[in-house]
Amino acid sequence: MTTAPAGASLDAPALRQRVADFVAEHDPATTDQREFLAARFDAGLAWVHFPEGEGGLGAPRALQSVVDEEFERLGYTPVGREGLVIGLGMAAPTILAFGTSEQRARYLKPLYTGEEVWCQLFSEPGAGSDLAALGTRAVRDGDGWTVTGQKVWTSLAHRADFAILVARTDPDVPKHKGITYFICDMSTDGVDVRALRQITGEAEFNEVYLNDVRIPDTQRLGDEGEGWRVAQTTLMNERVSIGGYPEPREGGLIAVVSHIWRTRPELRTPGLHDALMRLWVDAEAARLTKERLRQQLAIGQPGPEGSAAKFSFSRLNQEISGLELEMLGGEGLTYDDWTFRRPEGVEMAKRSAGFRYLRSKGNSIEGGTSEILRNIIAERVLGLPAEPRVDKDVAWKDLPK
Amino acid sequence: MSEKQLDLLYSEVEEELRASVRALLEDKSPASSVLARVETDQVTDTALWKELADVGAAGLPVPEELGGAGASLRESAVVAEELGRAVAPVPFLGSAVLATAALQACGTEAAAELEALAAGESTAALTVPLAAMPGAAFPEDVRARDGRLEGTVRNVADALTADTLVVAASGPDGPGLYVVAADEARITPVVTLDLTRPLAEVSLEGAAGRRVAAGADAEKALRRALVAGAAVLSAEQLGVAQWALDATVDYVKTRTQFGRPIGSFQAIKHRLADLWVAVSQSRAVVRSAASAVAAAQEPGAGDAERTEAEVNASLAQAFVSGVAVTAAEEAVQLHGGIGFTWEHPVHLYLKRAKSDALALGTADRHRLALSGLVDLPAPTA
Ligand SMILES: Cc1cc2nc3c(=O)[nH]c(=O)nc-3n(C[C@H](O)[C@H](O)[C@H](O)COP(=O)(O)OP(=O)(O)OC[C@H]3O[C@@H](n4cnc5c(N)ncnc54)[C@H](O)[C@@H]3O)c2cc1C
Repeated sequence: MTTAPAGASLDAPALRQRVADFVAEHDPATTDQREFLAARFDAGLAWVHFPEGEGGLGAPRALQSVVDEEFERLGYTPVGREGLVIGLGMAAPTILAFGTSEQRARYLKPLYTGEEVWCQLFSEPGAGSDLAALGTRAVRDGDGWTVTGQKVWTSLAHRADFAILVARTDPDVPKHKGITYFICDMSTDGVDVRALRQITGEAEFNEVYLNDVRIPDTQRLGDEGEGWRVAQTTLMNERVSIGGYPEPREGGLIAVVSHIWRTRPELRTPGLHDALMRLWVDAEAARLTKERLRQQLAIGQPGPEGSAAKFSFSRLNQEISGLELEMLGGEGLTYDDWTFRRPEGVEMAKRSAGFRYLRSKGNSIEGGTSEILRNIIAERVLGLPAEPRVDKDVAWKDLPK
Repeated sequence: MSEKQLDLLYSEVEEELRASVRALLEDKSPASSVLARVETDQVTDTALWKELADVGAAGLPVPEELGGAGASLRESAVVAEELGRAVAPVPFLGSAVLATAALQACGTEAAAELEALAAGESTAALTVPLAAMPGAAFPEDVRARDGRLEGTVRNVADALTADTLVVAASGPDGPGLYVVAADEARITPVVTLDLTRPLAEVSLEGAAGRRVAAGADAEKALRRALVAGAAVLSAEQLGVAQWALDATVDYVKTRTQFGRPIGSFQAIKHRLADLWVAVSQSRAVVRSAASAVAAAQEPGAGDAERTEAEVNASLAQAFVSGVAVTAAEEAVQLHGGIGFTWEHPVHLYLKRAKSDALALGTADRHRLALSGLVDLPAPTA
């Protein structure tokens, strides 16, 4: 298609040109979305920082936003991708960093096109914030592993083809050391997914029971006992993928309340006005902070602000959706639909104010709680001393459960 | 609603400017000497101001042909951050920002005054109350008749040491901006909450003034000066907040109670993490305001740029005022008893932060202004 330089020498104008060339050859209006995405993957425009042949061009990571913006500007934004966040945001970067070349060849492309959906089998009833305490066991068994245990809060497990999974392979060493990371095929015998109805009435997430599930050793990601390190890559990407994308002014939930305010003058009161303006200001501050981070990344100077984005995003969503209900007054007493449903993803914009209020309560819990994020900022950014540790040198099997 | 993406980073030139201002302040104006100075009757450090003028701080936005640096409000904001970090008692806000911006908006009328200001040969004060809100009605405290000015303005920043006053006065032929020699006025110090920024009452009793802008031009010049002032003030507030956060983080790492550093207690860590997030956000907001005001001052800028400047300046005051106050209040609290003493400089920052939050429009007034600018109107009764 083009012979322009690839890799680290690529810059923003060169990438914009590549996107333009690509769109010229693959008319988004007439090409099926999945085919279009497959071609985009092959052209290295899926994740430009990935290696050539694996969806990328080996370009600097920050240039991905240039590519995304350019596709958007040319009128092409993929739709119906809500169910793919775990695959795109977390599984892909982890497979890239730790996967064998066979694993990368097998999983990255269908993950990108949306042909295969992923979920994350991390949390357990006894291990949430303290993920390293997990108890799901993986025991070596010939050329593979037998996995037994229970996972919980697993978003989209009911739709997923594959899962990223962490399991304990050595209970006799301290908790961070005996963990191994796997790719689990969700259609394997013994994987039992049960809907877990949530605060909104629907079930995005599930309990997942793993009963003697066989996982071939070729689906291990990283070395035996190295699972905690691999999981760190996943978790870091999880936090960055929530709320890292640049958006226009009034881009998030603030648009919803601003719209109500503009179109429904009969709802206006001085107190609501004050609350609205405070949140408008906070939303704009959060947006500018993300934009500043993007500009830093674009010149190769990532700042620590990334760790604050997810944290600010959850607080804003919760406060704005609370205000929305108050603004609506009597109408806020109603709800759209309590029918037990299994959604494809999170549908904030399409649902009622009550749904937004309830769903946003999950934002400060999923993907690391706000308390855990504060600990991370305090310790890694501000350099404050860690909490005294009672579990550091104790074998996992001897920890109080 | 669309807006142009502004540059929110610091340029290399700005970082160099920051480094030289910081080095000078660390050397010539450490907290101990600021503390000693606030108890004298010469709070403003004129010698320090001369040295800051020598590194270019006095005439940053003034064009080179008038002896300035030909820079922009973005650079002024970087200097303001450093001055805030040091609670330095110099007439930067009153003279190099407010008065300079007002005179610059008057075109060639005030070239001589600008030249003297940029060279650091004189300082000026914009004779409006420090609490003035950008965009409020043109002040009526001073009346003008036949080039003679009459009236009193309270709480004017940096007037005590000013050579020149830039007076907003109203007369029979409408609003005007006048240049007045300071010795034509009676300037009386006020006892201030913020010990490091002297305020004065300025009385004019038939003082001679030269009109440099009239009518709508005077209104526009004043408004632009106050908008620029609000943007730069937010940078000063960022500096105050950053100092408070840094000093507190350092302190809680070393202070031990219950057998461990107090900074290892989660109750303290979480408060400082929240503060760090707020300060990081303030930096983005402050850079945005400075860039937007700078863009509005470019030749060729139009109404869209000026509105964007007002949106960003009000946003900055609405957001950063509160962050600076919280940071200073948290600093006092987390320093414990020592934070409540006169010897420890943290009180200087608290006083500056709270006073800054009242200067050039409170957060509440800026939120109201913003609501008009972004079409989220206040309810009608
Ligand atoms: C909507 C939603 C979707 C999710 N999707 C998935 C998924 O797809 N896959 C998956 O693996 N997991 C998923 N999770 C699980 C999520 O990651 C965990 O719920 C989360 O990490 C918290 O763990 P926990 O629920 O066990 O709470 P706990 O860890 O028990 O926490 C309870 C409370 O204690 C606080 N706390 C805990 N430790 C500390 C500490 N050291 N200091 C201060 N406070 C502390 C927490 O902040 C919280 O407020 C999802 C959760 C939600 C709500």
